[in-house]
Amino acid sequence: MIFTEEHEWLRVEGDEITVGITIHAAEQLGDVVFVELPSEGVTVSKDDEVVVIESVKAASDILAPIDGEIIEVNGALTDNPGMVNDDPQGEAWFFKMKASDPSQMDDFMDEAAYQKFIG
Amino acid sequence: MSDLHQTPLYDLHLELGGKMVPFAGYSMPVQYPMGVMKEHLHTRSDAGLFDVSHMGQVILSGPSWDAVATAFERLVPMDVLGLADGRQRYGLFTNDAGGIEDDLMFARRGDDLFVVVNAACKGADIARMKATLEPDVTVTPITDRALIALQGPTAAAAVASLDPAAADMRFMDFGTLNLDGIEVWASRSGYTGEDGFEISVADADAETLARRLLALEGVEAIGLGARDSLRLEAGLCLYGNDIDAQASPVEASLNWAIQKVRRADGERAGGYPGAEMVQKAFADGVARKRVGLAPEGRAPMREGTQLYDAETGGRLVGSVTSGSFGPTVGGPVAMGYVGSEYASVDTALWGEVRGKRLPVRVAKLPFVAANFKR
Repeated sequence: MIFTEEHEWLRVEGDEITVGITIHAAEQLGDVVFVELPSEGVTVSKDDEVVVIESVKAASDILAPIDGEIIEVNGALTDNPGMVNDDPQGEAWFFKMKASDPSQMDDFMDEAAYQKFIG
Repeated sequence: MSDLHQTPLYDLHLELGGKMVPFAGYSMPVQYPMGVMKEHLHTRSDAGLFDVSHMGQVILSGPSWDAVATAFERLVPMDVLGLADGRQRYGLFTNDAGGIEDDLMFARRGDDLFVVVNAACKGADIARMKATLEPDVTVTPITDRALIALQGPTAAAAVASLDPAAADMRFMDFGTLNLDGIEVWASRSGYTGEDGFEISVADADAETLARRLLALEGVEAIGLGARDSLRLEAGLCLYGNDIDAQASPVEASLNWAIQKVRRADGERAGGYPGAEMVQKAFADGVARKRVGLAPEGRAPMREGTQLYDAETGGRLVGSVTSGSFGPTVGGPVAMGYVGSEYASVDTALWGEVRGKRLPVRVAKLPFVAANFKR
């Protein structure tokens, strides 16, 4: 698993990249009550707002970590947004994508670097 | 951060893991480790303890009850004179345009009035009371007492375990209790739609009392986050969001708060700021009303969401003034103002969220039935 400064995690399996938010991010958000996912098949650019996530407190966006195509979304989150709090780095992945330029992931952090980043 | 005030329970909040945020000039706990959702649900199922010491407490005293009550009626459109000793009432300070300057609770304590006002407005409220009421009535801000709310279905049993006299109090009763040796002023009221008490206690005793209450079965500390979702489900206004200096009590759907005796054909009609405007609003109706709003999907409609009468095109007919997710309702809940022709329950409207119009219905308030001990 690799991590971004936007508190997302990416799991790279072949050319399929699964994306979610970190335990730290989920704790900061508080109880998640609404998730709006992108459409499967859309092409996104790095930093596009692809997911809307609302907690009891406020709305926030999840940005595409890299350029690519959304190939699958985790529809279970729409019916059960609380999964994001229960298992953010497991069951509650948001989407899978295919990277246009895998080198965009070169600067992402490993777990140790991310832990240091969040202090 | 150093310019923020702290309540007498500040150290306790930190010890309990409270996440402190600035609120109306105070450092207050927005939530504890339990989280907003569970804190909300716990208050509805058991009992929640809220630190509301940031609110303003004021005593009005004078030569007689009649003098104090008559004077206070010059500031609020409520029946003050008719208030029995040991009873409390909801009130509003109005301005010359008939708008609302603040909402408040006032209780009769012998010949005195005990007034509780919003934290953000307390400076202006005290100045307003002093300017209008003195020298006939003495306005004394209480700066050495904390305010603790205990809310929820088991709150009454919890308080009664410390002073059995609490069990005899009904909704909106006010009196002195002795909670395990600590003398407090308590009212059976709150801001959650649940049964419970609001307890004024000397600063020096506040932490001891809070710890004593938290040690009781089923009592948990609850932050401002859940306080907001609880009051929203209960259909209660937040000053600055749902009511403000531009909203008249009639627009705010607070007609019930103005007793007959103060209305146009009442015995003590008018005599408060903006009375003509408020009477006109009663007589002629108003162009907009505060209503409950139930979004039909799962997306919360937050404060500022614009409301339309059609999915595309159509007219802008109002906006949301408070909106969030209601943990007890299990879905989004909101309040807002709409044109009066759109204010009847079940009217279909659309709220624009992130550029998309989503369906929302005008809903009856409260969203969650009140659980008061009448």
